[in-house]
Amino acid sequence: METNLTRRNVLRSAGNTGVLSALIAAGVLKPTFAYAAEWNKAAFEAKDTAGALKGVGAGAAADSKDLIVKAPDIAENGAVVPVDVISNIPNTTSISILVEKNPSPLSAHFDFANGALPDVAVRLKLSQTSLVKAVAKADGKFFTAQKEIKVTVGGCGG
Amino acid sequence: MADPMKIRAQIKGDVVEIKVLMGHAMETGQRKDAAGAVVPAHFIQNMKVEVAGKLVIDGQIGTSVSRNPVFGFKVKGPKAGDKVVVNWVDSKGDKRTDEAAIS
Repeated sequence: METNLTRRNVLRSAGNTGVLSALIAAGVLKPTFAYAAEWNKAAFEAKDTAGALKGVGAGAAADSKDLIVKAPDIAENGAVVPVDVISNIPNTTSISILVEKNPSPLSAHFDFANGALPDVAVRLKLSQTSLVKAVAKADGKFFTAQKEIKVTVGGCGG
Repeated sequence: MADPMKIRAQIKGDVVEIKVLMGHAMETGQRKDAAGAVVPAHFIQNMKVEVAGKLVIDGQIGTSVSRNPVFGFKVKGPKAGDKVVVNWVDSKGDKRTDEAAIS
């Protein structure tokens, strides 16, 4: 029986391997909404940092002091943790933010254009104490920086 | 339809600071309700910011972003009075577009 070759199954298996985005790029599948970048399912659903980095194309990234992750050292409430990422690397065109210990580490990805500065503020959920990693893309190269945020469980604030 | 966004765009020198608050539950698909049933994932996936008709931020976000997401961006160049348009689409295809003028 060939019945499992439904559209859903085809899309699901294609999405898992990244073929879906290739199909979209090739114009075979038209996204229903005209976003420049379709939601990067493979990267956002990756269960570990390495997989998420691979998903955004940043397999080999160098540490950089010009990329700054601003966040509290200790977050009492892991549900709302303010994180700022600022890149002083010239020609930064995108920034990704990852929370290493979360079930799906990739949290956000921003592409900048038309005068937007590589300086973003977000609020993230942290399931537990974790490194928060930023990845910046500049001139086709990837750079990273990270900061550990401690999440205190319960009300003792210690 | 989801709640309207709150957008604030203030010019400081030649840089505009844009702050956006989106009203969204951002369910991760891991939380359980009082009856112990898993609350299905429902979260914003794509967002865009346009200033004076030009795309400046093209963002993709995942479940790690907090409930009622707040974002801050900085854009160099726009003038007071330019229009800032923000839109988002979530994992169920719901969407919302709001705008504000730079002050």
